[in-house]
Parts: sequence; structure tokens; C-alpha cells
Amino acid sequence: MDGVVQGGGVVQGIGVVQGVGVVQGGGVIQGIGVSPGSAYAPVVHVGAAVRPPANEGVLEPEEAARVIREALEAVAVEIERRVGLASDNAAEILGATAMLARDPGLIDGAIAHAAAGKGPASAIDAATQEYIDQFVALGGYFAERATDLRDVGDRAIAFVLGVPSPGIPALDAECILVALDLAPAETATLDRSKVIGIVTEHGGRTSHTAILAAQMGIPAAVKVAGATGFAEGTPILVDGETGQVHINPSGELVDRLKQRAARRATALADSKGPGMTKDGKRVALLANIGGVEDAVAAGKADLEGVGLFRTEFVFLSATTAPTVEEQAEIYRQVFAPFEGKRVVVRTLDAGADKPLAFADLGAEENPALGRRGLRLSAERPDLLDAQLEALSIAASDTGADVRVMAPMVALVEEAAWFARRVRENGLKSVGVMIEVPGAALRSAHVLQEVDFGSLGTNDLAQYTMAADRMQGELSDLLDPWQPALLDVVAAACNGAAITGKPMGVCGEAGGDPLLALVLAGLGVTSLSMAPSKVPMVRLALSLHSFSDCQRLAHLARSARTAHDARQAVLGAAAGALTAVL
Amino acid sequence: MTTRTVEIGSSVGLHARPAALFVKAVNEAGVPVTICKPGGKPGPANSMLAIMALGAKHGDTVELGCEAENASDVLDVLVALLERDLDAEK
Repeated sequence: MDGVVQGGGVVQGIGVVQGVGVVQGGGVIQGIGVSPGSAYAPVVHVGAAVRPPANEGVLEPEEAARVIREALEAVAVEIERRVGLASDNAAEILGATAMLARDPGLIDGAIAHAAAGKGPASAIDAATQEYIDQFVALGGYFAERATDLRDVGDRAIAFVLGVPSPGIPALDAECILVALDLAPAETATLDRSKVIGIVTEHGGRTSHTAILAAQMGIPAAVKVAGATGFAEGTPILVDGETGQVHINPSGELVDRLKQRAARRATALADSKGPGMTKDGKRVALLANIGGVEDAVAAGKADLEGVGLFRTEFVFLSATTAPTVEEQAEIYRQVFAPFEGKRVVVRTLDAGADKPLAFADLGAEENPALGRRGLRLSAERPDLLDAQLEALSIAASDTGADVRVMAPMVALVEEAAWFARRVRENGLKSVGVMIEVPGAALRSAHVLQEVDFGSLGTNDLAQYTMAADRMQGELSDLLDPWQPALLDVVAAACNGAAITGKPMGVCGEAGGDPLLALVLAGLGVTSLSMAPSKVPMVRLALSLHSFSDCQRLAHLARSARTAHDARQAVLGAAAGALTAVL
Repeated sequence: MTTRTVEIGSSVGLHARPAALFVKAVNEAGVPVTICKPGGKPGPANSMLAIMALGAKHGDTVELGCEAENASDVLDVLVALLERDLDAEK
């Protein structure tokens, strides 16, 4: 651990740095580490979405025309600059986009709107929108160009307003991306060769940015106070383990973290094969995946299968329910890399923060506590049946050991209802997510209906502590080290032990090497996580016997606070592990 | 204002390559020319956006307009261009 940091250096562009752990003149800001590893590179900001102000001032027509021409020309020049950096294919597309910015129809349209009494940014927005509407109406090829046109319009609006262009700028060298928060689409399309670290000002331990960054193996810290105020180009060092962000770090510190990375690499080089404790108790190490691309990557990694396949992506972008055939084809591709290995599929978990276009049950006052997960499937059993049929087809077409589990199960009756439907579709193994405290406390009865349980620690924390997991401000309540959460997990594991059914963990908690030891000590039989986290967890398990894990679990549950729980485990864990954390 | 009406000869309609060739010809003419569907609002004929937004397919009719002194000559050249199947020519 890097306890004391010497001489963090100069902080540029930040007035007051808020937050705990600010060391020596503000050189270090404490955030939450969500994706392990460290990265050192200059800051590149992601521009927030821009809209013209509602009461934008109107200019004299000639002045407005000048501003509009200047803004669109600046956009064209910037896009042309990127042409030189892009691959052949991308260069052609960018060249066409630069032409859009210089298009006389767009320029004349914006000037006409300005003359009719709009401010320059509003005029550009109106002219852009007119063409977008026409293109969308034409459909096909034209509708695709509408996205480029929107991009041109937004950049021109940002230029007029004097704010950074929205979205991720063109990257020509390695950088650390800094944003208020990242949209899932932005995170998913990152250029991994250039983006070597991510820092966000908002977000929390279980926000989408955190999950996707870990999935892609990019070191990341979230909830970093004042991050959007970092000066563009300032070298920063992000430690995705401790959550610390060092601004203008000393060469000594950069070296120290490089050495730690090297020590870690050496330690992890010998971390291979199935997960087990020092005395040989097996704890399966599995991957959390969200799509075909993840499946292919996880299939190549040294792990024992998939512990959580989130199927939402199959549904979220669709405007109509996908057919059985369409689904089966996707599931086949996901299962194919796991011949002879397990793939635990979570059935559609929509509602709450993931609404579906074709299964809208209407607005809810309290969606996280509403008709989501299996409750939505109970309202729309047609969706569940189609999914189960497709899973069954894909399972019999591939050699994967497919197991199916339901999200948001609270009652024995729900578990029984789901199990019957799964088995009727010819699928052999059925389970339930344990993410509702009620189901955790009664797991002995719930699990009698099924073959296995899987603890979703993110939602279990949200419901145990009554704290919205999308609220970064509440992240202390959502800390997976909260002793109350560990008590609920322990109760669920006791119930599983009574029935003799396996209980896994598929929340992000399983990827924390120290917490993984605690979970193993509580009786968890498998841990599923972002694949980048598997080697460190495997190492942690291999350095401790099962009775060590039980002792660490006891220490954690005896602590009064989440902080004390982690400190107690850190102090008692094997030195060979803590030296490389 | 001198105007001309012409049927689109290109098999793919007036977009992509045919539209680019047409815009190039308008720019070479060096005078303002407008284009629209019959009864529509005229837009600048040197604008790819305005032309693509017409959605003019093979066989559709478009109107060209020009107020320059040499309007007749300019429009004759452009009409002749639009009548050809520009996509088939390499």
C-alpha cells in the first residue's frame, strides 16, 4: 500500500480539492478504485453534452452569419485534422463528415434561422435538426448520416458557446480519459490502445462505467472530486486499486508504482488453473460477461467458465421483442467458447434503470422496488418462455454446461414458478439470484426449489442498506465491506449449507481479493467477476487455507464498521498478498 | 429566374456518387443555382445535404433555377448531366 505520498507536485486548474485523503498540497485525490492496475498519462477530457441555452442572445444578422460560418469552418478543420490520424476506412468517413460542416445548405439554413430571430447556437441547432428530420424520414443510409450531422451540429454549438466539444475527442497518444461520467456507449467504444486509464467525477463502485472499465481491463477510479477541473494535458497517475489519483506525480512515485506493477506481474505469473485454497478447497473462478465479444475474450482467459451472463443487451436496443431464432443465434455464439465449461445465464433483468421499449409496464414511483427482474417476467411470461426456448436450443447445439437463473427472486413461490418453466423447456440446471435480503434470510427454503443460488452483492447491498446504487454520494452505504451486508451473505450461505446446494457470488465484491477470502470463508463455492480480476483473486486464495478464510470472515463480521472490517482482514491476510495489492 | 425541369437518369437516384458529381458541376459553374422537388422549397444546388434531403430516386422530377445572366447555358449543362446515368459511368 502507498500510505504516505511525498510531494504530489503542482495542481493545475483546481481551486479547492474536496474529499478525503488529500495529501501534501492537493497532489492526491482519493476516489474509489474500480478497475485494478495503475496508469500514468496526460489528461484528456470528455466533453459533456451541449445544448444551446434557452434564452440565447440574438446577434445582428451580419455578426450572426460570421459566427455561424466561423463555427462550422472550425468544426470542418478539426475533423480534417483527425483524418490524418485515422485509418483508411475511418478517414473516408471523416472526410465526408468534414464536407457536411462546410455544406452551403447547412450554413445558409443556420444563417436564415439567425436572421429570423434565433441566437447563433440555436440557429445551428435548428438548421441541423431540419436535415436530421428529413434524413430520418428517408431511412436507411440517410438515417445513418443523421448521426454524423448531429455530431457536426453539436460541435459547432460547443464552439459558439466556447465550451469543449461533446464526447470523446480524437486521441493521438496514450491518455487518461477524464469525464463527469461516461455513457455506456462511450465506454464500450473506447480505443483501448490509447485510453490507458479512466477517471470520473461521478459514479460509484457499481456504476456502469466501473463495471465496463473492469471488463475491459482499463485501470479506473470513480467519484474523484474535482476531476473535471483538471487542466487538459496534465500528467496524472491513476491507481485503480486504491482509488487514488496523483496529479503531476513525482518521478519517484511513478517508479514506485511501476515497481509494484512489476512485483504484481511476477506474483501473478504463477497464478494459473482452477481456483482453490492453499489446502485444496475448490472455489470456482468465473467471468461476468455482457455479450458475444466478452464471451470470446473470457473464453481465451484462464478461468473456469461464466458465472453471470447478463442477457439484457439482447433486448435493450430492440424496439420489438427479439424472436426465438434471433436469440438462439446470439446464445450459440456466447456458449461456443465454453465447451465443457459452465455458463450461468441470468434471464432478462429489465425494469428499474434498464427499461425495455416493448415491455413498458408504465412509470413507477420507485422502480428499483417495482416490477423488475422476475417480476417483469411474471407480467410478460411470453418474453421469458421465448428466452428459455432459445437458451434450450443453443444449449443443445453447443457443448457448454448451461445453467439458468432468475433475477430479483424474493419468495419460495417465485423460485418454484421459475424452476418449473426452466425445466419444462428441457434445461437441466436452474438457480436463483440472491439479491433480495428476504430471499437471503430464507435461502434454505428458497434453494429447495432449485439447484443453486448466486449472490448478487450489488443489489443485495442496495436493498440491505436502502441506498440507491446509482447514487455516487451513497457509495459508503454500498461498500461491500459493510458488516451488515456480510451478515446477510452469511445467512444466505448457512441456508445453502443446510440444503447442500452451492452458493456463488456474481457481484463485483467477488473480484476484491481480500473480500474474496472472506466470502470463501463464509462458504461461497464460486466467485464470478470481470476476467481482469481473476488472477489476483486466484493468488489470494492460493495463499490461504480454508480455515484462514473462515478466520478472516470472522474478523470482518466482528468489526463495527466497513472500514474496520477491511483493515482487520488486511492486517491478518498473508504478507505475500498484501505486498502486491 | 430561369428554370428547368428534369428527370433523374441515374439508376441509384440522386445521392452518393451522382450527387457528388452534380455538386462539383454546380461549383464549377460559379453562379448560384437552386434545386427542389416540384412545389418544394428551393435549396442551394451545391449543397450535398439539400440534395440528399430531396431523396430523389431514378425517374423522379426535380426543378433547377438560376438568376445569373448565363442562366440558360448553365442550366442546360446541369440538366444534361442529371439526365445521364451517372452511376453507370466510370
